[in-house]
Parts: sequence; structure tokens; C-alpha cells
Amino acid sequence: MSGAGHATRHWRNQRISAIALVLLGGWFLFSLLSLPDPGFDSVRAWLAAPLQSALMLLFGWSALWHSAQGVQVVVDDYVPGAWHGRARWASRLLHLAAALAVAWSVWVLAQGAPA
Amino acid sequence: MQAPAPAKAPATLPVRPLSPHLQVYRLALTTVLSGLHRISGLVLTLSTPFLVAWLVAAACGADAYASAARFFGSWPMRIVLAGLIGVFWYHLFNGLRHLAWDAGYGFGLARARASGMAVIVLAGAAFAATLALTPAWRWLLELP
Repeated sequence: MSGAGHATRHWRNQRISAIALVLLGGWFLFSLLSLPDPGFDSVRAWLAAPLQSALMLLFGWSALWHSAQGVQVVVDDYVPGAWHGRARWASRLLHLAAALAVAWSVWVLAQGAPA
Repeated sequence: MQAPAPAKAPATLPVRPLSPHLQVYRLALTTVLSGLHRISGLVLTLSTPFLVAWLVAAACGADAYASAARFFGSWPMRIVLAGLIGVFWYHLFNGLRHLAWDAGYGFGLARARASGMAVIVLAGAAFAATLALTPAWRWLLELP
């Protein structure tokens, strides 16, 4: 169980990530779907631009952060007993692993398209 | 209000009043939309591995990306991805509705119903616009 104060912070952070995702999610969807084609060259050219790769990192991280916050609420509501803590930690670790994978990918993509 | 005590409570559990659960209520638009918000959020969570796999494949190189593209371009995945666009818009617009409530706006049954209808209309329109105004529909239908 989280201590007093954690719940307020969680509630506030969930709204912060939600507001960020309204903008970043819209950016991601329209940028991706506006590509002339979803092929390797188009995607690498798109995400080689500094601003675009920065936005992709922000989008990926906010999406995973918001996802972790949402899963925590669901776990708090539906998973009782000993599995409650395990489920929360499993979700955190999976989301953290995904966030690291996103960071590594975006870093590679920002180096530019391969010749 | 006094809660009726359960007839036979196990001795080890504290006797607490239980709030009425889902089956007590008549299903209303607001109830369905509220449940859909959580379900759509979980669906989007379950789709984050697609996002990560796609980024990692692009970072790994042309061969890895070609494998990912074959997977995402398969017919079941085309349908899933098109559906995810709709789920995304629903969760976004209903999320804005929740943010408005958090800020203290839009309470009352009539206004909650009206904003719920607005969410359905806006999500549907955004879904249609996303597919119609971008090259996405050509890709989804495997057109050149």
C-alpha cells in the first residue's frame, strides 16, 4: 500500500501525463499516418530529424508513464492480497523495460538514416 | 442509513457494509462510457508492445524492419491497428471529459449525458478523419 500523499501525487501525475498525451498522441498519430509510406526509409528519415526524435521520446515515455499509472489504478481496484504488490511491481518493471527500449531506439534513430 | 448485516459472516472477516455492485443498476450511457474508458485504456496499454517493437525494429535496421512490416502488414494486424486508432480517439476525448470534471465542469445528469454523446460523435469523426485525410486508408486496404 502506498503511504499518505502518494495518492495525491499519483492523481496529479496521471492528469499531467494525460494532458501531455493529448498533444503528443495527436502528433504521433498524424505524423505516422501522414508518411507517404510506412517503409524503412520514410520512417528513418522522419525520426532522424532532431525535433521529431525528441517528440518521439517524449511521446513514448509519456504513453508508458500514463499506461503504468492506469494499470496501477486497475491493480489497486481488482488485485487483492499478496498478488497486489507483485502485480504492481511486475507492471512497473515491464513499463520501465519498455521505456528503456524506447530510449535506446530513439537514440539510434536520431543518429540519422543509414546510408 | 443502517446497512443490513450479512446473515452469516465468516468469523475471521470484519463485518462491513457492502456497497451495491454493478448488477443493481440499470445500464445507462454514462455507465457504459465509464467502463469503456478503463477498457480502452487497458487495450492501449496492451498495444504499447507494438509501438516498442516497431521502434526497436526501425533502430535495428532494414532487415528487422522488414520483418516487423510483414507482421504489421498482415490482415489481422491491419484490422487491429485500424481498431486501435478508434480506441485511441475514444480514450482521448473521454479523457478530456474526465479532465473537465476534474476541473469542476460538466456535472449533472443532463450535462454528463450530453458530453458522453459528444465524445461518441467526436471520436467517430476523428476516427473517420484520421483514415480519410491521411494515406492510412490506402495502406490499410493494401492499395498502391
